Amino acid sequence: MKVVVDMNKCQDHGQCVFAAPDVFSMDDDGHLLYVADADDALRDEVEEAADVCPLQAIRIED
Amino acid sequence: MPDGTQVPDGRRVVVVGASMAGLRAAEQLRAAGWTGAVTVVGDEPHMPYNRPPLSKEVLAGKAPFDSLAFTPKASTADVEWRLGTKAVAARLAERAVDLDDGTTLSYDGLVVATGMRPRRLRCPGPQAGRHTVRTLADAQGLRDELTRPGARVVVVGAGFIGCEVAATAVGLGVTEVTVVDPLPLPMVGPLGPLLAHALLRRHEERGVRFALGTGVAGFEGDDRVTGVVLDDGTVLPADIVVESVGSTANVEWLDGNGVDLADGVRTDEWLRVGGRPEVVAVGDVARFPNARYDGVPRRVEHWSIPTDTAKHAAKVLAAHLADGGGELALAPFAPLPTFWSDQHDFRLQSFGAPVLGRDDVRILDGDPDGDVLVGYHVGDRLVGVVALGGHAVASKAARYRAELLKQPALSVQGAVK
Ligand SMILES: Cc1cc2nc3c(=O)[nH]c(=O)nc-3n(C[C@H](O)[C@H](O)[C@H](O)COP(=O)(O)OP(=O)(O)OC[C@H]3O[C@@H](n4cnc5c(N)ncnc54)[C@H](O)[C@@H]3O)c2cc1C
Ligand code: SF4
Repeated sequence: MKVVVDMNKCQDHGQCVFAAPDVFSMDDDGHLLYVADADDALRDEVEEAADVCPLQAIRIED
Repeated sequence: MPDGTQVPDGRRVVVVGASMAGLRAAEQLRAAGWTGAVTVVGDEPHMPYNRPPLSKEVLAGKAPFDSLAFTPKASTADVEWRLGTKAVAARLAERAVDLDDGTTLSYDGLVVATGMRPRRLRCPGPQAGRHTVRTLADAQGLRDELTRPGARVVVVGAGFIGCEVAATAVGLGVTEVTVVDPLPLPMVGPLGPLLAHALLRRHEERGVRFALGTGVAGFEGDDRVTGVVLDDGTVLPADIVVESVGSTANVEWLDGNGVDLADGVRTDEWLRVGGRPEVVAVGDVARFPNARYDGVPRRVEHWSIPTDTAKHAAKVLAAHLADGGGELALAPFAPLPTFWSDQHDFRLQSFGAPVLGRDDVRILDGDPDGDVLVGYHVGDRLVGVVALGGHAVASKAARYRAELLKQPALSVQGAVK
């Protein structure tokens, strides 16, 4: 599964980290890090992350 | 008059309100296994869109208006959208909703998702030049006026929307921006004085002026606003007024059904309305008891609530429709409220229910002049954290989220009513 975060939109809210900690994380400065090529088993989590992102910056491109 | 629409398996859920909560309800009904028809009725002409940027990025011109639509999901491709259509009445005993185009929708399940509308000031004076910010059309109208050179802005109401709009206006280069509020500090209700002071200082340093401890007596001007008259008679010159003085629940269409509609739609701990298992309420309009706290029903106007309520309510409704009302094998609704607000170059990030712990506020990290993290307590128990500052401190607040999530329900004795 290909995960795409529009970094022009993302404002480091970190809500995605709570929903899908295996895919999204924050560095010490509070900036987003993520795994672009995520395991398909994590699809539900990533969909949830996309739902809760305040900027609606996350897309799944199969 | 029945509308004659053929429903595939004969059963239908009607969702009233086509914004975030209505959309999430439709999605979550599918996720919960509902295969019958879903019809969403909404009085705005648009598909559901994301509201927070209306006072921030979009108002600032940093993101286009057409970037706000939620991404459609495959699971809801067969949902019927009746947009530009208003529900005018509901007859819950007959399971029917009447629409303003003269049709009636009968339903097996009903989702109430009609949200809020801005409260307006009822004082004398012209209407033109006075704005609210709730819808796309509102934000477009305000942006057109804000970008005129030399505009003078008065924001009435120092809540989160008022503070955001003031910050965005300054960011757009507006030199005269004044925020008026009868309370002594901005956002003092939800935050308490410690953070509200810190917030005031930050806004003033960035060029926002404040007239606090005073209400508005009226507006000056003939065809359009030229000034705002304060309680003591002082006049603030203004070309643009933004009224951000709270909101009113859109519940009139539910009148006459014996449902408690005082301040939103009262629900039980499974988000059901009026003792009817086939009717649930979601989003800003729902006044629900939170089993995590004291069980007192409250509305929560946070962006996280449409998604949280929709998940819970859809499971409840789908289970009822599937087995016609067996025992509910689902825990009571107990969300952890989450809120953020972006103003100027800083962010407020809140987890939990600071409002319950306002009498015992402790600094957990940093200091109020810089990045600061504050904890709100009932007795020794942490009930909420709020970060004010850069993104790094906001993510520090997130570390307390796990602690807040772990706690057992707050005992009713310790609770604030
Ligand atoms: C400008 C702004 C900025 C915000 N910023 C933040 C933020 O930074 N952080 C945060 O946590 N939250 C923020 N929020 C709050 C968040 O956006 C709301 O909590 C959320 O939009 C609530 O969604 P809802 O679907 O419950 O209600 P609404 O979005 O109000 O949707 C209700 C819909 O129902 C429609 N409707 C009403 N009556 C009828 C009827 N009779 N028939 C048919 N349709 C009807 C309405 O027109 C509307 O489209 C902000 C809100 C606004 C307005
Ligand atoms: S939730 Fe959205 S805005 Fe926040 S860090 Fe994740 S992608 Fe970025």
